[in-house]
Amino acid sequence: MTDLEDLYREIILDHYRSPRNRGELESPPAHRVEGFNPLCGDEVVVTMLVEDGSVTDIKFAGTGCSISQSSASLMSSAVKGKPLPEVRELIRTFKSMMSIHEASLPAAGDGADGADGWDGDGSDGNGEHGSDGEGLSDVRKLGELAALQGVVKFPVRIKCATLSWNALAQGLDELGAN
Amino acid sequence: MTPDPSLSLDVETLRKDFPLLARTVHGRPLVYLDSASSSLQPRQVLAAMEQYYETCHANVHRGVYTTAEEATARYEGARVSVGRFIGAGDPEREIVFVKNATEALNLVANSWGKANLRPGDAVLLTEMEHHANLVPWLMLAEQNGVELRYLTVGGDGRLDLSDLDRKLDGVKIVGISAMSNVLGTIPPLREIADAAHAAGALVVADGAQAVPHLPVDVQGLGVDFLAFSAHKMLGPTGIGALWARAELLDSMPPFLGGGGMILDVRLDRFVPAEPPHRFEAGTPPIAEAVGFAAAVDYMETLGMPQVRSHEVELTDYAVDALAERLGDDCTLFGPPAAPDRGGVLSLGFRDVHAHDLAQVLDQYGVCVRPGHHCAKPLMRVLGVTATARASIGPYNDEGDIDTLIEGLVEAGRLFS
Ligand SMILES: Cc1ncc(COP(=O)(O)O)c(C=O)c1O
Repeated sequence: MTDLEDLYREIILDHYRSPRNRGELESPPAHRVEGFNPLCGDEVVVTMLVEDGSVTDIKFAGTGCSISQSSASLMSSAVKGKPLPEVRELIRTFKSMMSIHEASLPAAGDGADGADGWDGDGSDGNGEHGSDGEGLSDVRKLGELAALQGVVKFPVRIKCATLSWNALAQGLDELGAN
Repeated sequence: MTPDPSLSLDVETLRKDFPLLARTVHGRPLVYLDSASSSLQPRQVLAAMEQYYETCHANVHRGVYTTAEEATARYEGARVSVGRFIGAGDPEREIVFVKNATEALNLVANSWGKANLRPGDAVLLTEMEHHANLVPWLMLAEQNGVELRYLTVGGDGRLDLSDLDRKLDGVKIVGISAMSNVLGTIPPLREIADAAHAAGALVVADGAQAVPHLPVDVQGLGVDFLAFSAHKMLGPTGIGALWARAELLDSMPPFLGGGGMILDVRLDRFVPAEPPHRFEAGTPPIAEAVGFAAAVDYMETLGMPQVRSHEVELTDYAVDALAERLGDDCTLFGPPAAPDRGGVLSLGFRDVHAHDLAQVLDQYGVCVRPGHHCAKPLMRVLGVTATARASIGPYNDEGDIDTLIEGLVEAGRLFS
């Protein structure tokens, strides 16, 4: 069961059971973005308020699995109140964490998972992913978010974890917020 | 229901024919409950394909040398086997080999549909159709201005047929699944086909789920077209079939153009070949046809009444066991039991998302499919975005259902 416990860490289950910042901000003034995962029909709505170079408020709504819901909750807690450059940096670091899974994939012959790499969503606005070495050291900066690291061993679930992050990045791009 | 001994299936023995069942996943034996998506293949099918490649592979209908003639004979022989399996009257002429059920349905919409449907004509479908029997018609409606109507699905997972006659008014063709891949619902096809014919409409049945799991005889079914895929009935991927009566196929224009589907080609026109070759442009899936024939031979050896009887028993066992051991925590969609349901168990467990259920079940070696099952309109009717679907094949047994339930209990513990 260790892979599964690695995926469903206590912090993830906690954010799934009691999501933070759930709901929708009034839009306008907030900016609203919808994200879809066509594979499973999950959808997330992220509403964000950007003022004076910071994400002053953010909420998420929608339906989805524990990974997409907890990732959205963790994302909202991590970026709320943060200045834009820090938010952009978090997005970059999080996405690079989601792309450094090859080394930790189970040996061929065990899971049926192929070595399905990060295949960037259309909305992936900041595509530079750090090299593996950088990525790993950056993960420490992620704090609670690092709990989602176990997802990379389950390639089909990466899209679940990045759904709300892509919506956030898309929203910031649309606002021209850098 | 007391099982009829003449209808029994020796599951323990037949399981040995399926190499994938010997595999372990996460240290657990594989429990394959995703046959509605694609079935496993017995060695006999794999051996037939390998033997074909090793002894007589050549392109078909082209060479005069010995192996080319042998390959052609194997390919045309496969057509006859597949046709007989569903009771075709003239299998040499009435089975068109295609890539899969999806292509068969596209063929009907594009060939028959474009030749026969005019703006304002109506097509009657159902809310429980797979996207394969929806999107080709939606595409036609966009191009051609035909009107699409739908039979609705009730709370019990059955089609509402109360207004069938009214809905059939002005309809030229009815497209309907012979077994739902989400609910397992088996609609009363004969009754619907009779009503359709009385209203002057043809019927195209999507047999992707029915043909692998029920004894199907196209003469008794009363439909005009039947589409199905080999990979859901113990055969290989890459091949499926469309059945239609020879006169009907004769009246239809080609769908895809190319080699093999013509009698003559000039720079300004072409003369199409006779059916079924008229609809088989390009080099066909020859080894796959050989595998398809081996699959129907295998199923005939098991006996389709036996397969159905086994799957009914196992579905009853699963429905009872889920209710007994999980109670209200488990929601099961679709009609309650046979005779009008097949071994497709779409379930919800508390409010745990289908993806999470499938993930936990994978740790138990259990393969189920989470998602919308290519039936998004039906999911909207059911009011869910996804279900976890466990589906049964001839090789499943009660132990498989027990492991499924064990995994569901663990998912409940993890997410409570
Ligand atoms: C009812 C039904 N129709 C059509 C299809 C399409 O089959 P294929 O993907 O083999 O074309 C499926 C397969 O999922 C199905 O279940």
